[in-house]
Amino acid sequence: MSARGQQHLWVAQRVTAMILGVAVVVHLVTILVAVRGGLSAAEIIGRVSGNEAWLMFYAVFALAAGLHGAIGLRGIAAEWLGWRGRRFDLAWLAIGLLTAAFGIRAAAGLYAA
Amino acid sequence: MRIDTRPRSHPTYIAFLVHRISGLLLALFLPLHFWALSRAIQGEAALENFLRWTDNGLVKASETLLVILLAAHLAGGLRVLALEFLGWRSSQKTLVAASAGVSLAAGLLFLLNVG
Amino acid sequence: MQETLKVSVWRGDGEGGAFQDFRVPAQANQTVLDVVTHIQRELDPTLAYRFACRVGMCGSCAMVVNGRARWTCRTHVRKVVQDGRLELRPLANLPVIRDLATDMAPFFDKWARAKGTFQPKDSADGAVPEEFHVVPPSSAKRQAADAGIECIGCGVCYASCDIVAWNGAYLGPAALNRAWTLVNDVRDGARRDRLDAVAGDAGCHACHSTQSCTERCPKGIDPSGAIAGLKRTLFWGMFGLDR
Repeated sequence: MSARGQQHLWVAQRVTAMILGVAVVVHLVTILVAVRGGLSAAEIIGRVSGNEAWLMFYAVFALAAGLHGAIGLRGIAAEWLGWRGRRFDLAWLAIGLLTAAFGIRAAAGLYAA
Repeated sequence: MRIDTRPRSHPTYIAFLVHRISGLLLALFLPLHFWALSRAIQGEAALENFLRWTDNGLVKASETLLVILLAAHLAGGLRVLALEFLGWRSSQKTLVAASAGVSLAAGLLFLLNVG
Repeated sequence: MQETLKVSVWRGDGEGGAFQDFRVPAQANQTVLDVVTHIQRELDPTLAYRFACRVGMCGSCAMVVNGRARWTCRTHVRKVVQDGRLELRPLANLPVIRDLATDMAPFFDKWARAKGTFQPKDSADGAVPEEFHVVPPSSAKRQAADAGIECIGCGVCYASCDIVAWNGAYLGPAALNRAWTLVNDVRDGARRDRLDAVAGDAGCHACHSTQSCTERCPKGIDPSGAIAGLKRTLFWGMFGLDR
């Protein structure tokens, strides 16, 4: 990958980080509220099911987290395992998008439940 | 290989290590988390069954650890963004201390609430 | 009876080596360089090491002292000695020539790769510029340049950086700090080329802000902050903004 492409990965990492900075705070507060008196499926589904705002939030959250995680793993693998090069870069991008798609699918499941 | 800790003991290096390790564990946990939530696609009962399975001490302890990791990674990420985008310098040590505080507080809150 | 220091000195070359122990008389005022010099002059003349000025100006005597890279000429033994022991190694992240002397060529090659030389704006052919730039010392850009300008290229930051160890192509803190001073020099005409040279996984984007460079710099320079500045400038530059 060109230096320009590597810079774009860094930008994607930081832009998703900014999104996650907000999303994780929301997520942590939700967790702290949700676990009061124990977690239940009815409680989670009652909150997300049929609610477009939560669906949108979780879709954006999952996309940002999937990409952010994969780009982070790419850096660690390059530095600690020596996994470098175009084929690894493409693999990490695929893993990031796949993880994100998996998360969006789960959010859609909660929305439809 | 033995790692020499003498040149790696300053607060900002510890902050980097915490950020890296927490990020690594969170990234590995993410697909697992999405898989668990996707139980809901098979209906409320499937999700409820899974949640009842998580009602054991070991899973609860892991969940607490994950909440602390998430809070720590968030705090460490804010440190990096402040350094890179806002050009913060002198207050770096304070930032590291604040980061540790926030993540610990979040973990404790989770522990207090979970029971 | 006079006290003695137990000094372990790494002996070897690029192929490998081992520590050799020496006993050196302790003095009231003694730098680590004094200790190395004593070993070479009194105990073992085959010891290889490098120094020139002895007063913290030339940047040639840096070594790893008890685990941390330092200028040996400006490091008092009493500040770093542990239980009467000193452990001396050649600078990390650089090829060893012999004993405590490293080959600094890769370090300076990276300065060149980061375009660390000043390119006059108006006189590429060496002619007198059409107009002289007025550079107020208090301007933000000049202050950003001044913050990093005192680097003497000793390699302490480079040897202290784990990213250099993990990523052989990484330009490292000193070269990137140099690039940042020139990016902030309004008289310089190679800004665009230089920013291109420092982008990507071998450049500023590899830095994880461990700040070991800033922690260790004997001149109190903040290369980590300079690298963050390069990232920021490249980021806003994508949107045509100069920040």
